[in-house]
Amino acid sequence: MDTIEQIRDRLLARFPAGKVILVTNPGAAAEHSLLLAPANARDIARFLRDDPELRLDYCSNATGIDWPDKEITDTVKTSVPGPDGGPAKVVETKTVRIEPGYLEAVYHLYSIALKHGPVVIRLRTANRTDAVTLPSLTPVWRSCDFQEREIFDLYGIVFDGHPDLRRLLMWDEFKDHPMRKDYVEPDDYEWEPTAHGAILEKAKAHQTATGGTTS
Amino acid sequence: MNTPSDQPVPFPAAGNISDADREELRRHGVLITCIEELHNWGRSNSIWPLQFGLACCAIEMIAAATARFDIARFGAEIFRPSPRQADLMIVSGTVTKKMAPMVVRLWNQMPEPKYCIAMGACAISGGPFKQGYNVVKGIDRFVPVDIYIPGCPPRPEALLNGLMKLQEQIKAEKLTGPDAARHTRADLPSEYPIPEYGEHDLVPSKNESLWSPPSPPAV
Repeated sequence: MDTIEQIRDRLLARFPAGKVILVTNPGAAAEHSLLLAPANARDIARFLRDDPELRLDYCSNATGIDWPDKEITDTVKTSVPGPDGGPAKVVETKTVRIEPGYLEAVYHLYSIALKHGPVVIRLRTANRTDAVTLPSLTPVWRSCDFQEREIFDLYGIVFDGHPDLRRLLMWDEFKDHPMRKDYVEPDDYEWEPTAHGAILEKAKAHQTATGGTTS
Repeated sequence: MNTPSDQPVPFPAAGNISDADREELRRHGVLITCIEELHNWGRSNSIWPLQFGLACCAIEMIAAATARFDIARFGAEIFRPSPRQADLMIVSGTVTKKMAPMVVRLWNQMPEPKYCIAMGACAISGGPFKQGYNVVKGIDRFVPVDIYIPGCPPRPEALLNGLMKLQEQIKAEKLTGPDAARHTRADLPSEYPIPEYGEHDLVPSKNESLWSPPSPPAV
């Protein structure tokens, strides 16, 4: 099979308008992935499936990732000439910027026919609040059906073109997305006889909130 | 009766005949009993469970029905596919919030007298999934539970032991008097409110009249 760089180059040659970015994984597994632009993601997915050299005919796994807003501190060092011709002083200026968060859908592709894989592709939403639509890849790989519904349920990514986009695990009236980092769970920590620190703290918070009573 | 109250009460229907005397009479072909005892004997040996399972504990429940463990020894092998015919609800497995209204509805549809066994850690308290976003922290927040069987999952022997405990409980039930069994008393509820799907949680998230948290352990 081609390396991931070769696949990227072929995709860029085949789809000159599309943006394909290699996202490297610094971990030991070094499972690098391709970040696709949502606009032509489905065309690229069809190409990955039908290309005779790749034939990635099996999507084994589709999952979501929530990347919350990240606060990044940039430190710029500038040397200021000292007053009266003294030694130069190094002044650090720190600027804090917010890197907006986004939601991601990750697909792991294998080829049953050619026995290779995985090739990992990613799709990113514009933000986490209102622009959360991605093209559904269920028309390309049928196995994405339930998994995209699960991502829709737990992360809130809306898959455009999905044949039956309903909640999978939670009920239809449910409003939240439980796997998001900022999910606020219902406060039902009345009784937690556990030595687990984080849980005990929630139970204590519940008891303070209800005025010391346990109900 | 002139029996002191701290002595074991002898068989009530026939004056002061002791159990040994009754056993002696029974060997001579004389059976002395009362309606209550006969009634409880019959019911405790024909507990028909409701046929449903929620998670892996159900596999152990199925195993309890096989020849190796043979729940039929206790007359409880007839798993009924309809709540109208069932006496016992074995809540075997994780009760998700999505499933909880259906479980409570099944309980309401069962006719009295009915009993509930919470089988396994999940049905008792939520178990290993207790802090999950979709897990009810114990079915006793919505229906009254008679027997708790701990384990993850409990072995079939544990289920049989729980069933025997339930039989003991049924055999000790009174049909009349101030401490009569629940199903004989009109003032105790037989049906419980079914929680509804809310926007963030079940509404209500627990039945306050049924379940209240124990006091927190002393620090």
